[in-house]
This record gives sequence, C-alpha cells and structure tokens, in this order.
Amino acid sequence: MAKYVGARQKRVEDPRLITGNARYLEDVQLPGMLHAAVLRSPYAHARIDSIDTSAASRLPGVVAVFTGQDFADLNPLPCAWQAGGVTNNANTPRVLEIDKVTHTGMGIAVVVAEDRYAAEDALAHIEVAYSVLPTVVDAKKATEAGAPQLHENAPDNICMTWECGDQDGTDRALGASDVVIREHLTNQRLIPTAMEPRGAIGSYDPGTEEYTVWMTSQAPHVMRLLMTAFVMGIPETKMRCLSPQVGGAFGSKIFLYPEYPMVAVLAQKLGRPVKWTESRQENYIATTHGRDHQTDFEVGALRDGTITALKVTTYANLGGTLSTIAPGIPTSLYGSMLSGTYKIPHLHCQVYGVYTNTAMVDAYRGAGRPEATFVIERAVDLVARELNLDPAEVRRKNFIQPEDFPYEPASNLLNGLAYDSGEYEKALERALEQVGYREFRQEQQEARQQGRYLGIGLSSYVEICGVAPSKWVGLPGEGWGAGLWESANVRVHLTGKTVVTTGSQSHGQGLETTMAQVVADELGIPIEDIEVKHSDTMSTPFGYGTYGSRSAAVGTIALYNSVQRIKEKARKLGAHMLEASEEDVVYQDGNVFVKGSPEQAKTIQEIAGAAAVAYDLPAGMEPFLDDTAYYDPPNCTYPFGTHICIVEVDTDTGRVEIKRYLSVDDCGPVINPLIADGQVQGGITQGIAQALYEFAAYDDSGQLLTASMMDYAIPKAEHLPHFENSHTVTPSPVNPMGIKGIGEAGTIASAPAVVNAVVDALSPFGIRDINMPLTPQAVWRAIQEAGR
Amino acid sequence: MQKIPITVEVNGRKASREVEPRLLLVHFLREALGLTGTKIGCDTSQCGSCTVHLDGMAVKSCTVLAVQANGSQVTTIEGLGNGELHPMQQAFWDNHGLQCGYCTPGMIMTATKLLEENPNPSDEEIRDGLEGNLCRCTGYENIVKAIRAAAETARGGS
Repeated sequence: MAKYVGARQKRVEDPRLITGNARYLEDVQLPGMLHAAVLRSPYAHARIDSIDTSAASRLPGVVAVFTGQDFADLNPLPCAWQAGGVTNNANTPRVLEIDKVTHTGMGIAVVVAEDRYAAEDALAHIEVAYSVLPTVVDAKKATEAGAPQLHENAPDNICMTWECGDQDGTDRALGASDVVIREHLTNQRLIPTAMEPRGAIGSYDPGTEEYTVWMTSQAPHVMRLLMTAFVMGIPETKMRCLSPQVGGAFGSKIFLYPEYPMVAVLAQKLGRPVKWTESRQENYIATTHGRDHQTDFEVGALRDGTITALKVTTYANLGGTLSTIAPGIPTSLYGSMLSGTYKIPHLHCQVYGVYTNTAMVDAYRGAGRPEATFVIERAVDLVARELNLDPAEVRRKNFIQPEDFPYEPASNLLNGLAYDSGEYEKALERALEQVGYREFRQEQQEARQQGRYLGIGLSSYVEICGVAPSKWVGLPGEGWGAGLWESANVRVHLTGKTVVTTGSQSHGQGLETTMAQVVADELGIPIEDIEVKHSDTMSTPFGYGTYGSRSAAVGTIALYNSVQRIKEKARKLGAHMLEASEEDVVYQDGNVFVKGSPEQAKTIQEIAGAAAVAYDLPAGMEPFLDDTAYYDPPNCTYPFGTHICIVEVDTDTGRVEIKRYLSVDDCGPVINPLIADGQVQGGITQGIAQALYEFAAYDDSGQLLTASMMDYAIPKAEHLPHFENSHTVTPSPVNPMGIKGIGEAGTIASAPAVVNAVVDALSPFGIRDINMPLTPQAVWRAIQEAGR
Repeated sequence: MQKIPITVEVNGRKASREVEPRLLLVHFLREALGLTGTKIGCDTSQCGSCTVHLDGMAVKSCTVLAVQANGSQVTTIEGLGNGELHPMQQAFWDNHGLQCGYCTPGMIMTATKLLEENPNPSDEEIRDGLEGNLCRCTGYENIVKAIRAAAETARGGS
C-alpha cells in the first residue's frame, strides 16, 4: 500500500541545508591543504610564445607555480560522445594549455599557495607573451570562406556534420504542400549559473599510491573513469571520487574539467592536499555554456492545418574546444525530437557542429530538447498564423493520438526508438480549460480596442528522458562512448535499518527523499529507517550519474528492482521461519505471513536480523539482505504536457509582463508532488529567463561581455509570476513504476510558450518573430520596424 | 601584510583575531571561525548567498571588510535558531522553499529581516524584498510561500 509515494513528503535532506550544516565542496577543509588559482587566457585566440613564472614563484606564501609543460605527460581531456564525424577532429582542452588557446578563460598556469589570497595575488606576476590571432565567435560565420581557422584538423571550423530523417522524402513533401513557411530562429547562448561555483580538492596517499578527489560533480563515477583511464593513464581503482553537497548544476557539472585532474596531480607533486574553487567570473568564462543554435527551417502544411513536412538546418556553436558530451546535445537529443507531439510524415534535420572562439557549449537543462521544442512549437504557431487558424486547433489536428503509441516518429528520426505513451490532447484541453482560453480571446479583442496588447502562447511539448538504453546509445549515429544504465544497492541491516546507495547523484532534486519514499513503501518500513547515500565511488556501485531527467526513470527503477529481490529473499526466509512452504507465504507491508493468516507474521526487522546472524537459514541461502541491481531500460521515457503563458506587452516601452503562467505536465505517476512541482517551477523559470532576460554575449574579439552577475540577467523574484501547476498521469510502459521524469520539463516547454505569447500579442503589428531574449529593447525595436 | 586585531561578537560569542585589512567578512566567518554555513556565490555582490546580520541589519558579508565589523555583533545562519529551528527555517522546510540549498542561508537571513521590517507583507512586497538574493532552482514560488507562511505563523503566535 502506497503510504509515502504520491505524498507531499517534506524533504529529509533539508534540516542540514536550512541550518548551514550541509558540507559543500568549499566547506571541506583538509589538514595542510594548499590553495590553487588558475591563470586564464585573456585572449580568445592566441599562440602562447612564452611564460615566465619566476617572479610569481618568489612571492610570500607561494608554494609552486606550474605551466602546461609540467602536465605535458597527461592526455587532453576525452570527448566521450562523438556524434557524427567527430572522431577525427575532436579537439579538447588540456589540464593547462601549452602552445595555443581558442577561447578566453583557458588555463595557462596554476599557482599553489598557502591561502587563496596569496595564490590569486601571484597570478598578476606571471608574465605571458601571446601572439594574438584573429577570432570568430559566430557559428555560421566560422564556416564561411576566409574565417579564422581554430584547429588544423577541422577545416572551415566544422567539428561535425550529422543528419537524421529523410531528405528526399521531405523535399518532395514540401513541394507538394499547400503552404511552405520558412523562418530563421536563434536559440541564444546561455550560462547555466548554478549558485554554487565549481571546485575540486585533490589529495594523494604515497603509501597506497591512491588519489582522492572531491569535486562538484553530477557524475563522480564517470569523472573517475575519465580522469584515470583517459587523462592520467592509471587504473581507476587507484582513485576515489566524491561529490559532497552539490549546489545546483543544470548540466554544467556533468563534465570533466581541466581542474579536476589538475588538483589530483598537484597533490601528488606537492605532497599536500590542494583545493581549487572558481570565482563567478571564472564560472562564466571557463565553465560550459548552453544552447547557441542558429536554425533555418521549412515547414509544409495543407490548407486545413495538417503539417506535411519539416526540414531543419542548424548551426550549433560548440565553442573553442569540445566539452565531454558536447556533440551529443545538438544531435541525438535535438534532431531526433523535432517531430514533437505531432504526426509529421516527413522530417529531415542537418546539423553542423562548429568551433568558434567562445567558451565550450554542452548540456544545459533540457539539453537539445528545449532547442527542438522551440523549433517545432514556433513552427506550429507560424502555420496557424499563415493559414489564419487557431494555434490550439492546429495542435489538435496534428497530435499523435493515444492509440498511436508506441509511436515511432517518421523518417526513422529516433533511430529505432518509439515514444512510449501519451495523451497530448488531454493535457492541452485541461490547460485551455484552466486558463479560460475562449474567454481570454474575447478579453484580448476588447483590450486591443483600448490599445492594450495581450497575448497567449501555447507549448505542447514531448521530451526524451530517462536517457539510458545502452543498446540505443551504442548505435551508429548516436556516438556515445558509454552505456547509460544505472545502479543501486539496498542493504537491510540487522535491526531493519536500511541503507540505499545509488549511482545517481542528487544536487537539488531531493533524491534522498524520493528514493527513500519508494523504498519505504516497497519494504514497508518507516522512512526514518532509511538512509540514501550517493556520490562516493568507494561506497556506491558504479553509476552514470544524474542528468537527462534519468534519476527517477532509471536510477529509482534500479532501486525498485533491488528492493523486489530483497523482498523475495525475505519472503523465502520468512517462510522458513514460519515453517511454512514458500509458495504459501506473501510479503505485504513489511510482514511475511501465510496467505490468510496475517496475525502470524514475521516482520522485515525480524527477518533482517535472522538473515544477518544466519543461525538458521534455508539450505543454500546466503546471509544478509543485500542486493545490487543494474537497470538498463528497454527504452527512454517521453514526458509531455502543455504550458500556456499570457503576457501583456507595453508597446511604448517594449516591456513584457507575464500575467499568468500555467503548466499541465505528465511525467507518469508522481513520487512526490511537492518536489515535482518545485522541479517544474524552477524549470519554467529557466525557460522564461531564456525567453525574456538571459543572453551570454561575446564581442567580435571573443570577450564575454556578460562575465558577471551584474551583466548576465539571472531573473529575480520580482521578475517572475506566480505559477499554476497541475498534472495529468499517463504511466510509461517502459518501467514497472510507470515513471517518466520531471527535471527538465519546465525548461523544455516554457521558452516557446512565452515567445508565442509575445508574438501573439504583437500580431496586429504584423510581427511574426522576435529573437530571444525578448528584452524591452528587442520588442520595442520590432514594433518600430513593423510600423515602418 | 600588516595585520589588525579585531573582536567581533558572532552568534553571541566574542571572537578575537588578527586579520589582513583586506580580509572580507565572509572569509573571516568561513575560514577564521569555521562558520561555513554562509556561502559565496558571486564576486560582485549580486547573489546574496553571503547575507548575514550585522548589528541588526541584513548585509552581504562579501561586501564588508572584517575590520569594519570590529566591535560589532554578527548573526549567521548557524546562530539564527539558538539550537532550534527558527520559524523562518521551519517555513522554508515546510514549504519546499529550497532545492540545492546553496542560496538558502542567505535567503533565510534576508527573509527574517524582511519580516522584522514588514510583518505583514504582500507577495509583491516579499518579491521586492528579495531583490538582493538570487535563487537558480526554485523560481522563487515556494520561497515567497515560505516567507508568507512564516509571517502568518508570527502573527498567529503574537
């Protein structure tokens, strides 16, 4: 009986967080610990001619200064996800660059000192001679003739080309359409901006030759593998990686960064632990960015609004070098999802991944799917506009219907996978009803007569989550360098107190609570008796970590499967203790009893004790209730929903005010509505931020103009509306709990909802598109230009 | 560098140290006193993660020098509840007003002062009052809710 699952259970991790007792990386102090500061290139494209560290080395408090030559025996960082033709022209950062930089912020030298103030002081005393080279920051311009070339092995700065779908069929279908609409969309560059900056601490034990690295990571097991096997060339068994409390990540802490192996090697070289933590400015120039697509699309339709074909060409800016999984984001997680919630018979997507003199671009919340959703949800609105149809009607007409599932998008867009389940129209209708769609259209008409511009925007999204099936990620064209199953261990101790370890990694999602809820219900024990532990390679089974909304739909299912096996063993032992035959006993709510005789029960606590002391076990049974599961799902999951935004645009100032924001999300059964709604609200906020506020701007020389929180517009409380959140529940057939995942839904859905609303508000001006972010200046300018 | 002796009363306890004149209060609290509950999230006094109470005012401790706090009283997140949960901490917990928790100490320190100055704020006044504190996880919905709940608790209890 579900007691915890589905309940608004308060989070078990919160007491330490609200009292200042949580230990984040910056809070970890080791005896004798030194502090490192990294000298970063002020130029976006330059040769390093010479570095003189002698003056810096002599400063008080400085222990040592190192340059790239000191790490020359280490390999460059690996790129683990080589979609398209990346294999031969991958260029990745080194721990410190030796002869060349391709974006500002690349590490050139490192100072290690007794404290951070001394280390930072010394940076100014390192003399570097650069030969500055010409720069290019725009992905499309970088591919044009005469553009500065960043890497010898990547002609025209093209890192990769990738395509999916059916080009000829799509061209023919476009030719046979009643209307074809062409549009150019920009999906601007964003900075993830977790509130906790990144950091790492290395220590080394010369006795055992073992490294320990603490880091701000979403995937400590993967970091260990990449650092040891790929960068340092040592056995992974010689390193332990830990993520302490992690203060938000949004994708930016999935990746291997140069500083992680750096602190490990520094600790070994110097015989003392070494800590490095980044400043916010370093976070903005040297940690990964997200999105940065330029897209041209053509969408074909019949007069009645039936969409016939979608053809997309995207230039994806990957930055000056490749981050860990950069090529996978604008490919597998983008092109594959361009059919959205619609039955589009012909699709084709061509992607160019391009090097430019900018920070590395990799996964940022939603990772590819917000970009895909933006294209298709803008395209559907443009079809409606062109044909003078209601955007809700065009969505209804083209939706994949419940009986179509499992639905394989046309043109083999998803490389053999199929959407699992969905009731797209139900979510849309509920959202329209809640918002009062018809009444709003009336109100909009009346407002326009008074010179007020209200607009409504819809976004009916589907995402690909629970990203895992190893047989899919290993297919040609996908290019992942790993499997993506997940692990869990469940151990019921002698007193019945239970420890769960997981390969997932919680950095704000509340996994310690939701996972405990599942175990408590399944085992039938109080939630207080469960500890969920994660993020330490020494004490948890290998796991791929937390991203891609996979810790409910993959990580938690591993846990669920493990508990089922624990229960089965407990049932057998219980039967033995009751002197009953195994087939006659059942496990229910923490008790094992003969069917029909619940009064004669053995509790899970009694059984755990019997299993642990092992005085009297059935023949062949091993002691202890302990099970490890590795779960590799047969498919991804496909959460969906509809978001609606209502805005009012002040046409004198260009200011956009969000009057209402409403979401109907379907992530299957909800483990904890409190946490799920929190995820949705935070996600929506990041999408609204993209639509209205945030933009990582570079000048032509590759200088980041938004390199601090003074210039990069993170929304504040006053910039955001109250959110109206609700759910429909369509279980996924992929896993036994029916769970789909919720971490990214808000971000995936929200940007097009806001932009569609603003464009709808300004339709009387003939405006059909404005590039994000829709700042007052951008909106005002669009109105002025439309008026001409 | 020349060091200056200072004495600061932190969470009711007097602490005397010799510090560099340039030492920031947040580093004094975190490194000299080991009170790591106060967080650092930016270089430019935008994020508010480092908010503490200095002589009864909510200040960003990254923008105060430790020597400026000489002779002052400072309260950090560790000292807010006197060993129990402060009603604002309880309200953040009850209302899921935090996710990753990194902005939370600063957010709670700001929120308690906000209610001292305006015990019955509207949602709009709460949002305006959080102008100096950034959260990247929650979208502020539940932070506003938590502060409203704490205000209601305070009014009900008085």
